[in-house]
Amino acid sequence: MTHPAKLVCRNLWKLYGAIPSQMLDSQQFSPTDDELKKLGVIGAVKHADLEIEAGEIFVIMGLSGSGKSTLVRLLSGLIEPTMGEISIDGQDMLKMSERELIELRRHKMGMVFQHFALLPHLTVLQNVAFPLSIQGQRKSAAEARALEVIELVGLKGREGYFPRELSGGQQQRVGIARSLAVEPEIWFLDEPFSALDPLIRREMQDEFLRLQGMLKKTIVFITHDFDEAIRLADRIAIMKDGHIIQIATPEELVLNPADDYVQEFTRHVPRDKVLSVGAVMEAGADGGGEGIPASTKIYEVASQVVAAGKPLKVIDENGQAVGAIDAQRVIDVLVGNGA
Amino acid sequence: MARVSPKSMIWLGLFALTWLLATFGQGWLEAAGMGWAMQYPDAWVIPLKDSISAAMIWLVEEASFGLFTFTEFTRGISWMIEQPYNLARALLAEGFVEGHGRRAVQLVPPFSWIAVMAGVVALGHYARDWLLAAIVGAAFLYLAVFGQWESAMVTLASVVIAVPIGVAGGLLLGITAYRHPSFERILKPILDLMQTIPIFAYLVPILFMFGFGPVSALVATVIYAMPPMVRITTMALHAVDPEIKDFGVMSGCTRRQMTWRVLVPSARASLVVGVNQVIMLSLNMVIIASMIGAGGLGFDVLSALRRLNIGGGFEAGIAIVILAVAIDRLSQAFAQRATTFTPPPKGDTWIKRHPRSVIVLAILLVSYGVGLILPAVQTYPDAATLTTGKFWDNGVKYLNINFYDQFEAVKLFFLQGFLLPVKRFFLGIPWVWAIAMVTAIGWTFGGWKLALMNLLMAGFIAATGMWEKAMITVYLCGTSVVIASVIGIPLGVLAAVNERAGRIIGVLIDTLQTLPSFVYLIPVVMLFRIGDFTAMVAIVLYAVVPAVRYAAHGVRSVSPELIEAGVVSGCTKRQLLSRIRLPLALPEILLGLNQTIMLALSMLVITALVGTRDLGQEVYIALTKADTGRGLVAGFAIAFIAIIADRIITASARSARVRYGLESANG
Repeated sequence: MTHPAKLVCRNLWKLYGAIPSQMLDSQQFSPTDDELKKLGVIGAVKHADLEIEAGEIFVIMGLSGSGKSTLVRLLSGLIEPTMGEISIDGQDMLKMSERELIELRRHKMGMVFQHFALLPHLTVLQNVAFPLSIQGQRKSAAEARALEVIELVGLKGREGYFPRELSGGQQQRVGIARSLAVEPEIWFLDEPFSALDPLIRREMQDEFLRLQGMLKKTIVFITHDFDEAIRLADRIAIMKDGHIIQIATPEELVLNPADDYVQEFTRHVPRDKVLSVGAVMEAGADGGGEGIPASTKIYEVASQVVAAGKPLKVIDENGQAVGAIDAQRVIDVLVGNGA
Repeated sequence: MARVSPKSMIWLGLFALTWLLATFGQGWLEAAGMGWAMQYPDAWVIPLKDSISAAMIWLVEEASFGLFTFTEFTRGISWMIEQPYNLARALLAEGFVEGHGRRAVQLVPPFSWIAVMAGVVALGHYARDWLLAAIVGAAFLYLAVFGQWESAMVTLASVVIAVPIGVAGGLLLGITAYRHPSFERILKPILDLMQTIPIFAYLVPILFMFGFGPVSALVATVIYAMPPMVRITTMALHAVDPEIKDFGVMSGCTRRQMTWRVLVPSARASLVVGVNQVIMLSLNMVIIASMIGAGGLGFDVLSALRRLNIGGGFEAGIAIVILAVAIDRLSQAFAQRATTFTPPPKGDTWIKRHPRSVIVLAILLVSYGVGLILPAVQTYPDAATLTTGKFWDNGVKYLNINFYDQFEAVKLFFLQGFLLPVKRFFLGIPWVWAIAMVTAIGWTFGGWKLALMNLLMAGFIAATGMWEKAMITVYLCGTSVVIASVIGIPLGVLAAVNERAGRIIGVLIDTLQTLPSFVYLIPVVMLFRIGDFTAMVAIVLYAVVPAVRYAAHGVRSVSPELIEAGVVSGCTKRQLLSRIRLPLALPEILLGLNQTIMLALSMLVITALVGTRDLGQEVYIALTKADTGRGLVAGFAIAFIAIIADRIITASARSARVRYGLESANG
């Protein structure tokens, strides 16, 4: 975790209802759920602390009503928090003027919406070029750039279509292309694939990973689908009732769920795809073979380990032996009682 | 014996008491020396109308904004509206003329009738297809063949100018209201009032400010046609998908970009419906406004009515209908077109991309040239016009000669059996008692706020000396609304439960709604001549539409699950209707009743043409005498009657909805 923090929020609150002003003025603003309930105040986001690092895919996962959409709207500045701090590249976002915010959104942020939010009266090309033309770019320049991103998301040849003429998956590709047109540094995706059917959703997830492989954006990704979170995330924040319960890598979540609620989600996760060799191996033990990198996922080496019939050597990123893995440990993971 | 709840016993008792008072009250009160309670004493009348008239005169003659006077201000506006109007009128109807009166020389003729026809046909094809083009073309051909061309073009010129002003103004006001909720709070009651005050009432001050002539007519038209555009704009902007709004913010739109590049285009489909409304209202108003000098088809109808020239009036009336239908179909086609996006035409040159415009332009130029040699190309030849005037005259004559007795019998039956007793009843109620009752009703349905409002409004009517005329108004509207409901609600129910009947009734209702209110008078006057009965029939025809529409909608929108529950419980069709559909449709039906009352009241001034003696007549007289105070006071009185009726019915519809759990009591 040596990357610099790109987007940080501290003690962030979004409450709905009348909050007594002396409570807001107090230095240690941290009412409990019961106190809020007594006041008749609804807490959409409570005491959120996040540090999102440059270049990572940060997934915020929660069921409906958990406050994840509110949180992303706070982070993107669409709504103002009741309390707390948000900073982007070290700049306090809440102190920015209207003009500065507009500049920030024009150049640093991109957002993809659940229901695509395409402008119905514009063609694919015009939709994608829209954020650029809002900045006052010349039409030819804006459209040239738009054509590039349209090709990137695989919609070349459909520039002249109107949104209603496209399938849901294609519409979301337009949404993605549009959000990428301005080359944002931070990319917000608010349940981008939830409105798509499962097959298309999977295809779009692959597409998303492919794009991120090329672009290396800082990504805040919202979803209610734990499998999707596991598949895409570098780190996941799990939300419930406005609280962030746990922030961890998918592997840590599976290995050390913070509470029963999180564990319930991890129960049906394909563990061999989440857990790495390093997490399962017997540390310090000796093994044969060429050496398997510790970060390799179990499913990639399962058949190799089982076929070997003896413990195999595990090495770290420097090639040093750190332990060994045998068939029994792999099988334990596969049948679900390992680690 | 049906059991009667104590509450309804009280109301029944009060009604009986009212009836007794209405019948014998005069005698009793005079015997008791309380004649003042029967007839509002002249000495108590507040001379509000004189004050308003005086204020108006001060405004026009003396008021000044410092740099310029009020009159200069209105003249300025007048001038600004006049320029485009004169241009439109010259292009469509009169040509560019130099000089005045008899020495006028036409420099450039107006668009030839062939060119205008080509234009509307092209528009029809552009908006939808050849069928629409043919319909619109046929409509305009009718105008030419039946000799209504020039009047129709004058009317069209007014519409062409009034609609863009109304749309642009409505859009701007609507956007402002959307952006600033405080502005919306101010605007809303004004819009409510503008829709309930009869148009004629504000014709008078407009006439005063802008003078007799087309500009006044245009100003009145715009004021009349704008409110729905404002409402629809605000509503449509609120209804834009919140994600799209978020997207606009995230793209870094400024407020201006947000409005014009995101919100307005996204709301386009709804906005075009608003434009259609503005067009229809403008057309309706342009016709009415011909009374203050707009000329055109409305003027033809009016003068024919005044001369009792049935045939002429009927022909001009039909021309209005046809023009209205053509414009309505065209604008609706454009509205639908806006929701489906057609890719822009492909082609290398402007000419290839705009084939229709090129053809129309070519026809325009060629018809100018040929028109110089062959006048028939320029102006539809008089010799080739047809007239059906004689036919209608003879038809009416025939009906009147052969069926006079039958018509008289119908008229007498209604007059003696229904209209006159009701009239006597309303005129007989002592005003003090009536105000008390209105207040009590308000208190029952809407609490002390509604009671107070009713008291003040009814008090205003009495205090300005309008009581008797107001009672005639209530009687005329009341009887019309009762008859419209008796006809309309069963028709609506029928339309909802029987598909084929529904389709036929739908067409009928659509047609009735397209007709300008003016037109209803013509056939009725032909058969029943002037008087209260004629007025009532015309009002019923105009006001029956919402009764049908809301009843049908209410019955249709009863949840299918409830119907199924009824079927499973073994309801017969009749029981389904009486036990499930009608009770649940009641709130909707009440809203329809409300609309019926509003339309009936707005028709009053028009029926004043056939000699009623109500508030409408008061406004009409004020109009002819340009008496601002009188017109406004009577206009307010009508508006107050409308508002009282509206609030009471809305409150009772709400309580019905609450009772059925369709709405929460505090929502």
